[in-house]
Amino acid sequence: MSAEYILEVKNLKQYFPVTTGFMKTTLLKAVDDVSFSIKPGETLGMVGESGCGKTTVGRSLMHLYHKTGGDVFFDGIKIEKGATLAAFRKRAQIVFQDPYSSLNPRMTVGDIIAEPIDVHRLAASKKDRDARIGELIQMVGLSSEQATRYAHEFSGGQRQRIGIARALASNPDFIVADEPVSALDVSIQAQVINMLEDLQDKLKLAYLLIAHDLSVVKHISNRIAVMYLGKLVELAPANELHRHPAHPYTQALLSAVPIPDPQKSRESKRIMLSGDVPSPLNAPSGCAFRTRCAMAGASCAEAVPPLREIAPGHFAACVKI
Amino acid sequence: MALLEVRDLKTSFFTPMGEIKAVDGVSFDLDKGRVLGIVGESGSGKSVSAYSILQILTPPGKVVGGSVKFNGDELVGASEKKIRDIRGNRISIIFQDPMTSLTPVFTIGNQLMEAILLHTDRNKKEARARAVEMLGLVGINDPERRMGQYSFELSGGMRQRVMIAMALACEPDILIADEPTTALDVTIQAQIIELMTELQHKLGMAIIMITHDLGVIASICDEVIVMYAGKVCERGTADQIFYNPKHEYTKGLLRSIPNIESDDKERLIPISGMPLDMLHMPAGCAFAPRCDRAMKICLTSQPQEYFVAQDHISACWVNIQEGIQSGLIKLDENGGVKV
Ligand SMILES: Nc1ncnc2c1ncn2[C@@H]1O[C@H](COP(=O)(O)OP(=O)(O)O)[C@@H](O)[C@H]1O
Ligand SMILES: Nc1ncnc2c1ncn2[C@@H]1O[C@H](COP(=O)(O)OP(=O)(O)O)[C@@H](O)[C@H]1O
Ligand SMILES: [Mg+2]
Ligand SMILES: [Mg+2]
Repeated sequence: MSAEYILEVKNLKQYFPVTTGFMKTTLLKAVDDVSFSIKPGETLGMVGESGCGKTTVGRSLMHLYHKTGGDVFFDGIKIEKGATLAAFRKRAQIVFQDPYSSLNPRMTVGDIIAEPIDVHRLAASKKDRDARIGELIQMVGLSSEQATRYAHEFSGGQRQRIGIARALASNPDFIVADEPVSALDVSIQAQVINMLEDLQDKLKLAYLLIAHDLSVVKHISNRIAVMYLGKLVELAPANELHRHPAHPYTQALLSAVPIPDPQKSRESKRIMLSGDVPSPLNAPSGCAFRTRCAMAGASCAEAVPPLREIAPGHFAACVKI
Repeated sequence: MALLEVRDLKTSFFTPMGEIKAVDGVSFDLDKGRVLGIVGESGSGKSVSAYSILQILTPPGKVVGGSVKFNGDELVGASEKKIRDIRGNRISIIFQDPMTSLTPVFTIGNQLMEAILLHTDRNKKEARARAVEMLGLVGINDPERRMGQYSFELSGGMRQRVMIAMALACEPDILIADEPTTALDVTIQAQIIELMTELQHKLGMAIIMITHDLGVIASICDEVIVMYAGKVCERGTADQIFYNPKHEYTKGLLRSIPNIESDDKERLIPISGMPLDMLHMPAGCAFAPRCDRAMKICLTSQPQEYFVAQDHISACWVNIQEGIQSGLIKLDENGGVKV
């Protein structure tokens, strides 16, 4: 690996045409001008309320959509159609949110895990393929006998492990994990989180970890990106973001996280946001957060605030900072 | 007499694969104005406990034992008319799945106003104002316009908030909230918890908060029940449960959640083993197969509930053994516990 960053996303835009009336379509700006980069072996966490565009960022950078604008660089190389995309597809993988619907119930676990091996022709023989399946299945803490069983015979936590084994099959350097533990009970969540951390250490993986649970994201991530209505509003090292959130939205989001400690919970002060996230179909002009922001002034409506470096490695998009 | 007294409640599902003891001997009291949390893994019997209290089980589920007294009146086996009177009026429930409980034929405003007119003594104009106010309070934008919309026009998160507004608008004596905010964002969750707390203080409403989120439990509950496999494994005040947990399952749960306050990357300590399988229950303590401190007796015999301190109950052989060692309890000739 040569480049400083394994992944660089520059000005990514993903607009979807949606029907808003009779013969009328409007562009929904699900992701609008988002830039970030991830170092080899690093975990970037991505948080924000549902509908803010987290999943779309993951899918768009993986080239699962035809992106509206922007560039994705992998290991220093710009991903375009053809050879670079094929190579990228092998070295970057995605784990989907829902362990119940993302695995084909009619396939054996072995065949599910081997999908990337088959697609990229990574096994020289059937024996090779079986050996690799056995290795992968053990890597995620299941037993090789389970390879011949079907996905529906497994619990949520086990299915998530199967999804992770599949993502590992092509020996990737980078994995997008979209809400990998959200559907799991806390007692099982911790098992999967520990496993993701162990695999990262062992295989030097970089993660984009998307989740709405801030405690989980803070625990796993080196840095955290906060999204609001399709835009990045803050990006900082995990502890820095937690101790010194700069953007009023990040402050509100963090203060809303319920702390599993009755004493601290009684003492903590909440910043209450009023109302709901506006629809991305009619996002407010200027700063999209201004309609719910206690600090908003006239200048906030004028222009979209750029992401500025307010302390070393700490970026925020707010004119009031 | 407590507002709600639940004693040895037992509910089973009679399935072709066998009897599932979804709720197996649950007891607790709930006083006016108090908030009781029920926490536990999925499948541990939290929702079925709520349905059993309200007598809204559908076959093959059936309450097979125990008692539920509301203001001293027995609800188990009571007439449909009597239950219907209490349900909605005195005890409201917010379901986990909001789709099932709003009718698509009337507007949101219609349904909300109907509930308010039925359950409070407001007139039509006041009811309308209150409905709009409630929608605003649960964080719904543009409440005036929403009043005229139908449930199918709203997103899942918004429907859930309408349901919450509806349940709260009735100003019930007891609100049973079954994972009310699980599908919602934390910012909205914070608004809703604040609203519930406010109504609890203002109206003396009691709340049963069912959730798997220990953060939600800590932020609103006075008392907590920890359930596993249909049984109460531990019950105590929120402070007892969080600062002095006794049951190994409770301890395991608290250890397995990441601590957002910590700057160090401490490794999580998960509960080992597989999630519970209600169709293949062990003979002894249901948690024993996943418990690091399990002893021989845990595998063969179910532990009884035992007071480890005032108002603090645990059903765990390790605790019982500690009690025996310190001379606090004695075993009778049948192996039963005498305090
Ligand atoms: N395929 C699609 N077509 C149209 N709109 C979409 C599509 N996918 C996502 N969206 C919209 O884009 C926005 C962002 O969605 P998503 O990325 O799923 O958010 P998140 O993962 O943060 O919850 C939402 O408003 C959503 O409705
Ligand atoms: N309709 C049903 N038919 C058969 N078994 C059921 C049914 N509903 C619930 N159960 C059983 O009851 C147990 C408790 O379910 P529930 O109370 O919904 O759990 P939770 O704690 O997640 O709310 C489950 O483990 C399941 O085995
Ligand atoms: Mg998503
Ligand atoms: Mg439930």
